[in-house]
Amino acid sequence: MSSVLAADGIVKRFGAFTALDRVSFRLERGRTLGVVGESGSGKSTLGRIVMRLMAPDAGVVTLGDDDLLSMSERQLRMARRRIQLVPQDPRHALNPTMTVQQSLAFQLRAQGIPSREWQARSVELLARVSLTADYLHAYPHELSGGQAQRIAIARAIANNPEVIVADEAVSALDKSVQAQVLNTFAELQSDLGVALFFISHDLAVVEHISDDVLVLNRGQVVESGPTRAVLDDPKDPYTRVLLDARHSAEAV
Amino acid sequence: MNLDTTTTASGGRLDAQIPLTLDASNVSVSFRSPRGGWNTVVDSIGLGLERSQVTVLLGESGSGKTVFARTITGMAHPAAKVEGTVEFDGVDLLTADRRALRRLHGDRIGMVPQDPNSSLDPMRRIGGQITETLLQHGKVPNRAAAVARATELLTLVHIAEPERVLHNYPHEISGGMRQRVAIAIAICCEPELIIADEPSSALDASVGVQVVRLLDDLRVRMETAILFITHDIGIAALIASKPHDRVAVMLGGRIVELGFAHQVLHNAQHEYTRALLAAEPSANTARGELAVVPDEVRMRRDWGPLRDVEPGHAVASTSQEVTA
Repeated sequence: MSSVLAADGIVKRFGAFTALDRVSFRLERGRTLGVVGESGSGKSTLGRIVMRLMAPDAGVVTLGDDDLLSMSERQLRMARRRIQLVPQDPRHALNPTMTVQQSLAFQLRAQGIPSREWQARSVELLARVSLTADYLHAYPHELSGGQAQRIAIARAIANNPEVIVADEAVSALDKSVQAQVLNTFAELQSDLGVALFFISHDLAVVEHISDDVLVLNRGQVVESGPTRAVLDDPKDPYTRVLLDARHSAEAV
Repeated sequence: MNLDTTTTASGGRLDAQIPLTLDASNVSVSFRSPRGGWNTVVDSIGLGLERSQVTVLLGESGSGKTVFARTITGMAHPAAKVEGTVEFDGVDLLTADRRALRRLHGDRIGMVPQDPNSSLDPMRRIGGQITETLLQHGKVPNRAAAVARATELLTLVHIAEPERVLHNYPHEISGGMRQRVAIAIAICCEPELIIADEPSSALDASVGVQVVRLLDDLRVRMETAILFITHDIGIAALIASKPHDRVAVMLGGRIVELGFAHQVLHNAQHEYTRALLAAEPSANTARGELAVVPDEVRMRRDWGPLRDVEPGHAVASTSQEVTA
């Protein structure tokens, strides 16, 4: 199966510090790759590099069949529609001076969709994330954290992306709201076939949503493979530490 | 013992013969609303804390857990309207003057903050910050004894090379170590009560678990009462490690369920607690099928008073049942 997003031998240094050391992965259509690690493991840096928000010192990133790192700015603008970001804090990602409708229309216009279709298409996008048309006229500050995160997802899917990079996208949410957003991601995946590059420090969340996992420690992939195989029988001591932390918190 | 309507539920009272370390009754906290009137953030909560016992306040953001914890230690927000009483060794902490509170805080009541950066002074070495507390509360006769005690305390919170760390500034040590230093300061006077407000949530999971285990271990050794605030069910289960530890579930400024940890976490009776537990992501739930806490439950505020459903386990009824 051909991958929608793949990286090979990514190296990123900040001065003498190696943030990523020969990191490779493949993400296939409609699948979820969970990227786990603690702070400083390099997972967010990897997220930035696969979106080409940051250039690596070595390595290759391919989006479908295209080499993301050698693209011109113009080609990149087109490619960015295919790979969309949902960040940790949606309130930072949404323009505070735009209503939900304006934020969504901005994306639709960029795709050349005629303005008479914006309204209907926006309502459709909201329905996808289980919100009613009432929210079209809301400003970001009027939304709860979970609502704002679902708007950020709606905006991401407005571009019909092949991949969504979710960087700690549910970490700041209350548990009751987190479940809604995780369900939203899962529905998008089954309905639209979008692949998820899901960065999180929360193993329970990753275990729930991921087909495959990539465990990062100090910039190196210490373990990767199908979620069940890796988490049921971790080979790497660091993965075991992460799992221990969770299991001890789960046992009463 | 003062048992008003909100505390009639036995809610995990270990032994009525042993006096409570802290006894909060009917505590309400309101803030003036910008639209006029008052917003009630904490609504007539009664809660007793006993030595050697962990009481977890489990709640989502806005449930009032932090406001309640700050208020019952006498640190209510200046703009807050506070009602009720909080008895601690014969003193009502809600009406005690600042001098009395200053004597208690750091000495008999220790606080572990969420973010150790907010409690440690960035401009002063770790050693000075610990010895200051010891000297201020008259726990040591002189500076040399204070330094020796500070070294001991750092060892107690599992800091390797305590002599070196005493000379470090907060920014020179890791976040997990800073939190352990904050715990060392909280316990340096051997308090009867520790209030820990999300002490692990700013830390990486593996470090957070170590910090929680450390607090658990210390309260056993020092027979301290701990009020532990968290939004994380896994962490609640971890700190409430002993059979007599309790969990209080907060929603909209109320305690809606209170009982021993195994009762609340394994045999939840309140619909909000059940929904919250069901919403925990797990590999056993099919993708897209996580239970969602219904807004009607999450937003609902008219729960009745706590009623015992089994010994030690109390649940807020729905108001329909109350009027029936």
